[in-house]
Amino acid sequence: METMADLKVGEHAEIMGFTDELLSLKLLEMGCLPGTDVELTHLAPFGDPIAVKVSGYTLALRKDEAVTIQIIRK
Amino acid sequence: MSKRPIIALIGNPNAGKSSLFNSLTGLSQKTGNFPGVTMDKMTGTWNLSNDIAVDVLDLPGIYSIYPKSVDEELVINILGNQSHPDYPDMAIVVADASNLKRNLLLFSQVRDLGIPTVLALNMIDVAETQGYVINSIKLGRELSVEVAEINAKKGIGMNGLRLAVEKTLLNRFASNDGLPLPVEDRLLDAVQAKFGEADPYRSLLWLMEHDRMTMFDRAQRESFDDLQAEFHFDAKAYKSSETVKRYEALSEIVSRCVINLNRQWDAPPVKTLTDRLDKVFLHPIGGYLFFLAILFVMFQAVFTWAQFPMDLIDIWVAQLNDWLKEMLPPSALTGLLTDGLVAGIGGVLIFIPQIAFLFLFIALLEETGYMSRVMFIMDKLMRRFGLNGKSVVPLISGVACAVPAIMSTRSIGSWKDRLITIMVTPLMSCSARLPIYTVLIALVVPDTNSLFGVFNLQGVALFGLYFLGFFMAIVSAWVMKQILQVKERSYFIMELPTYKAPRFKHIAFTIYNSVKAFVFEAGKIIVAISVVLWVLASYGPGDSLSMVEQQVRVSNPGLSPTDLANKIASEKLENSYAGHFGHFIEPVIKPLGYDWKIGIALITSFAAREVFVGTMPTIYSLGGEADSENATIKNRMRAEINPATGKPMYDTALGFSLLIFYAFAMQCMSTLATTYRETKSWKYPVIQFTYMTALAYLAAFLVFQMLS
Repeated sequence: METMADLKVGEHAEIMGFTDELLSLKLLEMGCLPGTDVELTHLAPFGDPIAVKVSGYTLALRKDEAVTIQIIRK
Repeated sequence: MSKRPIIALIGNPNAGKSSLFNSLTGLSQKTGNFPGVTMDKMTGTWNLSNDIAVDVLDLPGIYSIYPKSVDEELVINILGNQSHPDYPDMAIVVADASNLKRNLLLFSQVRDLGIPTVLALNMIDVAETQGYVINSIKLGRELSVEVAEINAKKGIGMNGLRLAVEKTLLNRFASNDGLPLPVEDRLLDAVQAKFGEADPYRSLLWLMEHDRMTMFDRAQRESFDDLQAEFHFDAKAYKSSETVKRYEALSEIVSRCVINLNRQWDAPPVKTLTDRLDKVFLHPIGGYLFFLAILFVMFQAVFTWAQFPMDLIDIWVAQLNDWLKEMLPPSALTGLLTDGLVAGIGGVLIFIPQIAFLFLFIALLEETGYMSRVMFIMDKLMRRFGLNGKSVVPLISGVACAVPAIMSTRSIGSWKDRLITIMVTPLMSCSARLPIYTVLIALVVPDTNSLFGVFNLQGVALFGLYFLGFFMAIVSAWVMKQILQVKERSYFIMELPTYKAPRFKHIAFTIYNSVKAFVFEAGKIIVAISVVLWVLASYGPGDSLSMVEQQVRVSNPGLSPTDLANKIASEKLENSYAGHFGHFIEPVIKPLGYDWKIGIALITSFAAREVFVGTMPTIYSLGGEADSENATIKNRMRAEINPATGKPMYDTALGFSLLIFYAFAMQCMSTLATTYRETKSWKYPVIQFTYMTALAYLAAFLVFQMLS
């Protein structure tokens, strides 16, 4: 399955689930819920970390963390 | 009189909690807060009505009551422990209305702990520009809570909040839903049987977070672990399911209470100012350029704009000193007062303008929301050196003072990243080094424009020292990254808040508090050390000093009275306790080019490096050759002759060697104490002291040997 790290700037996707139990709680609390729409808005220099728009705000996370979020591209 | 009620302010980061705290408490705040550090709780007084005053407790911003970093632990340690002295009578949860669902998650957790709660909806105007209209009366009914609409920044809606709080304080009504997800009754019974009756969610919090809670000792923690094992209770899984469940319930409530105009009109989402600014600030090249430009302006302000007020302070202190010398009879005690105390305190006062500028910039970066962009664009670079994007804040704050800088590492979630940041932050040149740099650079670097005729050489030297500090910090971080074998995973998940116009009142307030705290802290140490040093320099073992005086008189019959007095004073200093200390360490520091007089300065600087500026006049005025006309520290040091060569003591080699030594050496008790407090172990301050001092010694040795 594709992950959030595969998105390109401007692409939308829907969050499906998580593969890392430790990180998932933090991500859930920050509003990354299964079924939520995300849009990749910015890449930091060298392509990492990334910034996504989710639940009405901008969330920054590293690529290492983004690969634990499974998505379906829209 | 009964105890004042305590109201805790709780909310997501950037929800406007600190703004509300400032509106409510104004000047009554008790703790000085350093910019970039809302790591600790703050208290202030709010006059609820004419006869009721309450204590307001501002807690660090959190997304959930389950802590992920050290600063967040404070919240459950207070909210989870009814016998904590700060345990609140009620809570105000400040929620950002433009991000309602996520903010309500925290609200629902606090409420379920059984704490009477008022919901303060902030930033309703932002929500409305995004097309969301909130029916707050309905929201209050659905959540069974008093809701107040506020604008924390402008201080609007305070009366509504006041009424809601008064009502809640009176009826102490805590509507809690019990447990968000059921657990086995027997598990809950077992927890309550062992640890006392409590709201079910509170008991569960203890069970899940006991390791982070200070109220439990080791035996209690083990029995919590046993209970988890016995009932096959998986805390991580529970917290995740709980979060999903809460969001489901909140989604339904929000959909009933919020009208989304966008959806009805099917309008495309608005490009906000934040989106447009981020196009520039997060640009792969433009972002770095902008950050560099900001740093450049910051240094320009600190080293150029601050010059004028600094000169003024310098003149005032000199005038005060002259006046005191005229008024008081010339005696050793007058010397202590003028050359020791006043000069020493003046040495601290003079860098108030620079500290104020530094704090102004850090507060501005923090307030506007730009600081988190810096973390974002720096994370990848910092990671290579074993640091974290969040290490940028401590490193920049370290230019002002390492103590608040080290405290600000609490927001770094990973222990390894945090530890390395703590260890290297004191290498950043803090403001206490600045007066030493200024004095020494003025002695050994010519005040001319060179390097294409544009840059002032002294300015270039100063910038070079700051750069060297930063360079050493990241090199040391890289070395520690190789040595430290921690398997813990580092992470970087954070909100990029929307840009906000800074609140200048708030910034002015922060600067005032930080400068005050700084001057008093540094002032205390300087006064204490000046007195001790003066005593050590004025007395010697037994009657050795009077013996020395007689000897000088006998062996120099031809000298004029002034020269004789100077000769006596200088011989006396050499034979005093301080002189003995200086001579004792002279063999060690000789390879660096230092004599016993500098040795005295080094010893006194080990408690706090800013003492150097106060120590120098004491040593050199007691040491003779003092001409009262040109009494600044700089001139006295310039007049000092190296007895071995007959040339000025402070030549290029010695000057740079001292500069490098002060740039790298760990000479600050407060920083070591802070490192101890933050790492909870003596191991780390000891390592920090050792590696920095060794680094300073080696570097100063190399510089002196190469230049001389």
